[in-house]
Amino acid sequence: MTSADFRILLPEILLSGYAMAALMAAVYTTRDKLAATLVWATAGLFVALALYIGAAGVGERTVFNGLFVDDPFARFAKVTILLSAAAVLVMSQDYMYRRDLLRFEYPILVTLAVVGMMVMVSSADLITLYMGLELQSLSLYVVASIRRDSAKSSEAGLKYFVLGALSSGLLLYGASLVYGYAGTTQFAGILTTVQAGVPLGLLFGLVFMLAGLAFKVSAAPFHMWTPDVYEGSPTPVTAFFATAPKVAAMALIARLVQDAFGGIPGQWGQVLAALAVASMFLGAVAAIGQRDIKRLMAYSSIAHMGYALIGLCVGTAYGVQATMIYMAIYVTMNVGTFAFILSMERDGRPVSDIAGLNQFARKEPLKALAMLVLLFSLAGVPPMVGFFGKFYVLKAAVDAGWVWLAVAGAVASVIGAFYYLRLVYFMYFGAEQDPVDSRMAPVQWGMLVAVAAIMLLGIVNLFGIEGPAALAAQALVR
Amino acid sequence: MATIILFAPLIGAIICGFGWRLIGERAGQVITTSLVFLAAALSWWIFLTFDGTTQQIVLMRWIESGTMGSEWAIRLDRLTAIMLVVVTSVSALVHLYSFGYMAHDDNWREGEHYKARFFAYLSFFTFSMLMLVTSDNLVQMFFGWEGVGVASYLLIGFYYRKASANAAAMKAFIVNRVGDFGFALGIFALFYLTDSIRFDDVFAAAPALAETNLTFLWGEWNAANLVGVLLFIGAMGKSAQLFLHTWLPDAMEGPTPVSALIHAATMVTAGVFLVCRMSPLYEYAPQALAFITVLGACTAFVAATIGLVQNDIKRVIAYSTMSQLGYMFVAAGVGVYPVAMFHLFTHAFFKAMLFLGAGSVIHATHHEQDMRNYGGLRKQIPLTFWAMLIGTLAITGVGIPLTHYGFAGFLSKDAVIESAWVGSGFAFWLLVVAACFTSFYSWRLMFMTFFGESRAHGGHGHDDHNGAVHDAHGHDDHGHGHHEPHESPMVMLIPLGVLALGAVFSGMIWYKVFFGEETAVRDWFGMEQVAHGEAHGADHGAVAAVNSEGETVTAEAAPAEGHAAEGHATGVAPKGALLMLPFTPEEQAVVDTRLDAAKVAKAEHPPTTIINAAHLVPTWVKVAPFIAMLIGFAVAWLFYIKDPSLPRRLAQQQRPLYLFLLNKWYFDELYDVIFVRPARWLGGFLWKRGDGAVIDGSINGVAMGIVPMLTRLAGRAQSGYLFHYAFAMVLGIVALVTWMTLFGGAK
Repeated sequence: MTSADFRILLPEILLSGYAMAALMAAVYTTRDKLAATLVWATAGLFVALALYIGAAGVGERTVFNGLFVDDPFARFAKVTILLSAAAVLVMSQDYMYRRDLLRFEYPILVTLAVVGMMVMVSSADLITLYMGLELQSLSLYVVASIRRDSAKSSEAGLKYFVLGALSSGLLLYGASLVYGYAGTTQFAGILTTVQAGVPLGLLFGLVFMLAGLAFKVSAAPFHMWTPDVYEGSPTPVTAFFATAPKVAAMALIARLVQDAFGGIPGQWGQVLAALAVASMFLGAVAAIGQRDIKRLMAYSSIAHMGYALIGLCVGTAYGVQATMIYMAIYVTMNVGTFAFILSMERDGRPVSDIAGLNQFARKEPLKALAMLVLLFSLAGVPPMVGFFGKFYVLKAAVDAGWVWLAVAGAVASVIGAFYYLRLVYFMYFGAEQDPVDSRMAPVQWGMLVAVAAIMLLGIVNLFGIEGPAALAAQALVR
Repeated sequence: MATIILFAPLIGAIICGFGWRLIGERAGQVITTSLVFLAAALSWWIFLTFDGTTQQIVLMRWIESGTMGSEWAIRLDRLTAIMLVVVTSVSALVHLYSFGYMAHDDNWREGEHYKARFFAYLSFFTFSMLMLVTSDNLVQMFFGWEGVGVASYLLIGFYYRKASANAAAMKAFIVNRVGDFGFALGIFALFYLTDSIRFDDVFAAAPALAETNLTFLWGEWNAANLVGVLLFIGAMGKSAQLFLHTWLPDAMEGPTPVSALIHAATMVTAGVFLVCRMSPLYEYAPQALAFITVLGACTAFVAATIGLVQNDIKRVIAYSTMSQLGYMFVAAGVGVYPVAMFHLFTHAFFKAMLFLGAGSVIHATHHEQDMRNYGGLRKQIPLTFWAMLIGTLAITGVGIPLTHYGFAGFLSKDAVIESAWVGSGFAFWLLVVAACFTSFYSWRLMFMTFFGESRAHGGHGHDDHNGAVHDAHGHDDHGHGHHEPHESPMVMLIPLGVLALGAVFSGMIWYKVFFGEETAVRDWFGMEQVAHGEAHGADHGAVAAVNSEGETVTAEAAPAEGHAAEGHATGVAPKGALLMLPFTPEEQAVVDTRLDAAKVAKAEHPPTTIINAAHLVPTWVKVAPFIAMLIGFAVAWLFYIKDPSLPRRLAQQQRPLYLFLLNKWYFDELYDVIFVRPARWLGGFLWKRGDGAVIDGSINGVAMGIVPMLTRLAGRAQSGYLFHYAFAMVLGIVALVTWMTLFGGAK
């Protein structure tokens, strides 16, 4: 434990210190009046740290006696997490303020969750993994029920907490099995063990751990909490749930299967493929019946996690690269989409019924157009960027010989296209009725239009994320 | 300069096609015409001053994809120079002619604009054709090839209100697709084998190709022969050779200037040009050449027989064109590419003139095309008559036997027939018979149109399709009587006069360089001279050397790179526009038996090459086409001047034969049964059953039945109860664990 070790951990330490300082400051001064400032300060800090990590990080180092690793993969995930969390924070500020939800705890809890995510993606040991995961989860449970006066919000928080506890139990049980058979909690040690042969107990441990993590990315059949929590939580919280934690959990799965179980891709590949197929189809099919746009986005994210898992389960570096690109595109699209959902209201009250979108294009042509681009992108219609995300993962599957998986993905995306396109249909050709109001703060408007533009302009070179993603994947897959 | 020639018509087409609303229709016509005239003048300049050395004028890098790379370049050699002259001259004259011919057209309503469009199409066609003939690689050639196809389609269907014109345009397009498929396959094969599409690389690799085998469809083929045949299939489509010829007669639905330009003088000769251009390849593909010879001869014969009984003046000339194209292919097939080009060159003049003359007749008779309704027009349209007479004398091959004095067709056609005798007796006899038929139907056309009594008011079956037209002419801008034929305006007669010059003199002037002494011909085309006597061993020795190396590179499916490397290593493209190898010993033995021994003994050069040999054929062979022409003329005179009732009686006597010929050997009916109806049936089946029932049915079933059911199930599972959710998670983990225990491969 040297100063060099701490230097590697600097962003996490900084964020933790900031969170505690902010808590103290707010508690002892003006409390909620400070919240808006804190939101912006936190977002600014996120962006600064993202830039720092992206620019200053070099090479690959394991510190704290193999507990914590800093490599291109971790940095790619951290930058994505930090930027998406910052985006969600700033665009939710106006919404929460108007609904009297803007508590000073909110940015602090988000900060703590982000610290947890950063630890997750950098973990090189089962202990670090669990610590990061629980720090993230506990913060999120609280954030989900931040609207204490709303039964729905409390219910969402409680459901999330109970089921999250169950998943943590599964994960811990799996981890203890793995420890029992491998004799070590370090990923590197586990890797040496599985290379010698896979005892059944170790395999059990692997399955349980994957199940626990699948809960975090809301992959079917561990997805059941998602629609209820998404619907019940305040929309900014939903937006947060749909973005950064998904990236962190997906990166953690990649880290676990590659770093600890890299020797047996055949085994975890089957599990992940099963999860992927179940998620894609369930996400596509179940979303068709939804009338609430937040629930719809919940199923949408379930389906998207299915696609991202395709890239992981093929076990190649190209597959990991495809997944990381997919996740980056996914969070970008969701930031834009939620910027719009945040603005949907009628008589000053938030609305999430999709029938409210009828004839929206006549009222707000530009927003409708931006939304159209986003929905097409979510559905994977070329030439929007979302298509390329799907293209990468399907290509990774085909290249690695998982043709049936790619075919299943294509079929599911056809089914899934229906509900995205239905929203477009409502906006442009829907029944004659008064559409919802769309009151947007400049930040939200900017996010919506910028993301829509990214979805169109990104087709040139995806803004160069391919290179870093490839670097990240190569660092992980050896 | 070549660049100006190439792009002048394109610029004209663009200005006229898109800008005529700004500058006016008349200005558009003038611009296109003057630009094409400019191109024609420059072409003649190049043609007359060209020294025979191949030049490549690179315009731009064009394609860069993997190992395939090519420039867009103009390949300027003798072959190109000849085609430039043919294309631009005929095109310029047709542009001029169209001023008169298209001035009034009953297919259009009052005030409708069609002239600018017509001229733009003509110029676009000219550009495409120039692209084709100036191409320096196969893809560039294919571009031009398809460009002329499009222009041809647009112009055949120019009268788009006529259902028959639309059908003819589609027919031309579709039949050409069949040929183009072969052409494209040939290009693919060459690229696969030589890894290049540049002519120089392909030609350099040709000797190696002759030693390579290629698996295609069901068997192993010699690569050179296979490629040769595939490319020729493309040529068959474009040049209306037998089996792919059915579109050409129907193409006469287009305006007559179009028929003259595209379907007589230029586009249809593209196939001949292709074979000549690829001569360095064909020289190593004897079977492909034999195929070309046989098919060309059959086409010449079949087309001539059909031409005997047709009544539509343009169709007669169309079959005549098809027949003459057969002659050209025979020449190319027996290996005298200069003679093929010679006939192409002279044919362009007299056939364009015949078409324009026919156009003048049609114009004079108010769009009457049935020869049975002509007669005695000699006095009413004397200038047209004289032009047509010159054209007829040229196509039938009138001249002084055994000398080099005669109309253009005399020299070039006799050259073809003499060469055919050296190469193939079968082709020779078919061509001689076809020459007799040619003479008959050409004179029949002349006699029915210009001699005898006028049958203009006879009106059998004439009113039903032309009545409307005649009514429309009631107002008659020309100030003539209702049906009174009138001579065409000067803009139409000048082109006839210019072409007449070509039809008379072009044969005599250029005989020496196309079919004279071998040294002169080789010099003119920029080819290397063959040192007689030595030539044999040396040239074939070089080929043999290539062979022995070719064998080391594995005979059949060697990778393309290997071939390309070999091609570059062992050979360079032959010099000059064409390649003509001396006979092989086996061929020589056959040829020697056919020649006149006395002449051979006296000859300055031994008959080791086809051109030398063709000059040494027996005298009766040289006279045969002339005799055939006389017989044809005599019979025509007997039938249509001496005793006009004779044809009808003969037709009744030989009714099945007459109907067989009148219905064009039933090719259209046959194709209808074999291809068209099954295709329609299959289309209908796939549409109703395949698409309607199976695809739509299953998609609708899934989308409206199964998916909503699953959606309802998923909705029901999402009950909101925490214990349900936890139960689902437990079920999931149980399923996964069970699966992994059974099939996870744990030890």
